Amino acid sequence: MSSVQIRDVRKSFGNFEVLHGVSIPIEDGQFVVLVGPSGCGKSTLLRMLAGLENITSGTISIGDRVVNNVQPKERDIAMVFQNYALYPHMTVGENMGFSLKLRNASSDEINKRVKRAAEILALSPLLERYPRQLSGGQRQRVAMGRAIVRDPQVFLFDEPLSNLDAKLRVAMRTEIKELHQRLKTTTVYVTHDQIEAMTMADKIVVMHDGIVEQMGTPLELYDKPENQFVAGFIGSPAMNFLKGHVRVNGVATFEGPNGVKLPLKSAPAASDGRPVVYGVRPEHFTIADDGADAEIVVVEPTGSETQVFAKVGGEQVVAVFRERHQFNPGDKVKLKPDPSLVHLFDDATGKRL
Amino acid sequence: MAVMAESAVAQVKRSSMWTRAFESRNFLGAMFMVPAIAILILFLAYPLALGFWLGMTDTKIGGAGRYIGFQNFVSLSKDSVFWLSVFNTIFYTVAASLVKFAIGLYLALLLNERLPFKSMVRAIVLLPFVVPTVLSAIAFWWIYDSQFSIISWVLIKAGLITRYIDFLGDPWNARWSVVAANIWRGVPFVAITLLAGLQTISPSLYEAANLDGATNMQRFRHITLPMLSPIIAVVMTFSVLMTFTDFQLIYTITRGGPINATHLMATLSFQRAITGGNLGEGAAISNAMIPFLVAAILLSFFGLQRSRWQQGGRD
Repeated sequence: MSSVQIRDVRKSFGNFEVLHGVSIPIEDGQFVVLVGPSGCGKSTLLRMLAGLENITSGTISIGDRVVNNVQPKERDIAMVFQNYALYPHMTVGENMGFSLKLRNASSDEINKRVKRAAEILALSPLLERYPRQLSGGQRQRVAMGRAIVRDPQVFLFDEPLSNLDAKLRVAMRTEIKELHQRLKTTTVYVTHDQIEAMTMADKIVVMHDGIVEQMGTPLELYDKPENQFVAGFIGSPAMNFLKGHVRVNGVATFEGPNGVKLPLKSAPAASDGRPVVYGVRPEHFTIADDGADAEIVVVEPTGSETQVFAKVGGEQVVAVFRERHQFNPGDKVKLKPDPSLVHLFDDATGKRL
Repeated sequence: MAVMAESAVAQVKRSSMWTRAFESRNFLGAMFMVPAIAILILFLAYPLALGFWLGMTDTKIGGAGRYIGFQNFVSLSKDSVFWLSVFNTIFYTVAASLVKFAIGLYLALLLNERLPFKSMVRAIVLLPFVVPTVLSAIAFWWIYDSQFSIISWVLIKAGLITRYIDFLGDPWNARWSVVAANIWRGVPFVAITLLAGLQTISPSLYEAANLDGATNMQRFRHITLPMLSPIIAVVMTFSVLMTFTDFQLIYTITRGGPINATHLMATLSFQRAITGGNLGEGAAISNAMIPFLVAAILLSFFGLQRSRWQQGGRD
C-alpha cells in the first residue's frame, strides 16, 4: 500500500493537449474515484498512472518514488480493464497466477495465493474454467482476482462495471467497496457514472475537459459544488438551473425568466442586478402557497418517490417528492425551493457565489 | 365448349402440381443444391475417381487400358526414382514450410508494429504472391543461371567467391535453390494471414501482461503464440498442402533435374503420365500423394481441436 501524488501532470497527443495540469493527492489506503464525461481525460490519467501512456510533463509518484520513467511492470500496480483483458487461453486459476508465474514464484506459493484470492471472490469452483465459460460478473471477479493475487501498492480500475447489466452493476459496486474495506489497498477508480462515484468513493475527483473541477468527499461535492459543472454533474436527477438576476429590495430575491420570483437566503454583497444562475436540486422543492407558479408537464412515479416535470417561467424544471401528491399533467401548482439549500453561480464564470 | 373446359381443368391441374412441388421445402431444397452438386461431381468427384481408376490400369496415351490391380504400386515400390521423388517432396515441403513459417511470422510481427508507410509496406510484401508463378519461376531460373546468375556475379564482384555457383547443376544446390524460390513465393501468404491473426489479439491483453510483469519475449510466448495457434494451424496446413503438391515452380526451373534431384511426386507423375505416356503409372504416383496429404490434414485437424479455450460456454 502506498500514497500516490499526481503533480501538475500534462498530456499531449501531438499538439493536442488533453490534460492541462492536473494535481491530485491520494492518501495511503484511500478509494479515489475519477469521474467525468467521456473525453475529460480521466482514463488517460489512469493509464499514465499505470505506465501505459507517457507523461508529457509533471510528475507522478507512488510511495516516495517518482515513477515517470519506471516501466509498468516495475510500478507494482494492478489494473482491472474495462473489457477485463482476461487471457482467453488460460483457465481462471492460470489467469490469476500469471503474474506470480512470471516472477518465478514456486507453484506452491502460486496455488496458495490464487486459492486465497479465489475464496475472497467466491471463485473457488471456477478455477478450472476458461474465461469463455464465465458470465460477465464472473469475468469481472476474475479480473479483480488477478489484481488481488499480486498484492500491489495500488489498484487501478478503468470503468470496470460498464459492461455489466444494471442489476449486476449495483451488486459488483458493493462487492468492490467491501473488498476495499477488507484489503485497504489504495485504489484509483475511473468511471463516468456519478452514482458509482458517490457510492464508492472516499474522495471524488470531478474532471472536465482535462482539468480537475473539484475534489472532495461525495457529500461535500453534493452539498457544496464549487461550480455549475460539478453541480450539474453530481446528483440524479440533475440540479435545475434557472438564469436570471439578483434583486435586493429589503429582502434578497432571484428574478428568473419571465419575471418568476424565487427566494434567496441572502444575497452576495453588492449584487443587485447581478446576472446569476439559480440552482436547486429536485428534492429541495416543496409545494407551498408562496411558491412560484408552475404547470405540470409529466409525472413519473418510481414507487419510492415521484419525479415531476413542470414549467416554471417557461423553463422546464424537475422536482422529486417522496410524498404521494395527486398530480396530473396540466395541473397548476406552486413550487417553492428551500432557500437555505439553493445554490447561486456566477452567470459568466459558473463559479459558486 | 366441353373440350375447352376440360383442357382448362387439365392446365390448372398441371400448374398446380408444379406449384405444389415448388412449395415443398424438400423439393425446393433439392433443386437449389443441384448446381452445386453438378459442379462438384463434374470437376471434383469424377476426376478423382478417374484418377483412382487409372492408377489401377495400364492405360497409355492413345490406348484403352485394362485393370491390373495394384501392379502399378508394386512396380513403383521397386522404383528408386519414385522413392527419390518421395524424399524430395518431403524435404521440399518440410524445409520450405519451416522457413516460410519463420519468415512469415517475423514479417507479420514487424508489420503489426507502428511503421511509417504501413499500408505501402504491406502491399509490397504481398507482391510475390501476386506475380504469376511461372513468371517468377522464370525470373528465378535467370537468377540461378550457371552463366548469368546475378547472385554469382555479385558475390564475385564482392570478392567472396571466385567461380560461378552451379545452382541448378548440383543436386543439393538445386534442391536448396527451388526451396528458396518456393519460400519467396509462399512467405506473403503466411505473413498476411498471420498478420490478420495478430490484429485480432486485443491490445489490452498486452497491456495487462505488461502490468503483470511480462517482458517482450514472455508476452510473445504467453500471449501471441497461444492466441495465434489456431491461425498458425490453418495457415500451415494450407502451406504444407500447397508446397507438397507444387508443380509449376519445379517444372519451370529444373523440370526435375539434375538427375531427378528435384523431382517432386507431382512433377514425376506428370512426366510419367503425359510426357512418357504412361497414364496409369502417372496416376498411381499421384494417388501415392494422397496418404501424405490426408495425414497433414488430420494432423492440423487434431491440432485445431485441442484448443479447448476457444470453445464457447458450457456449464
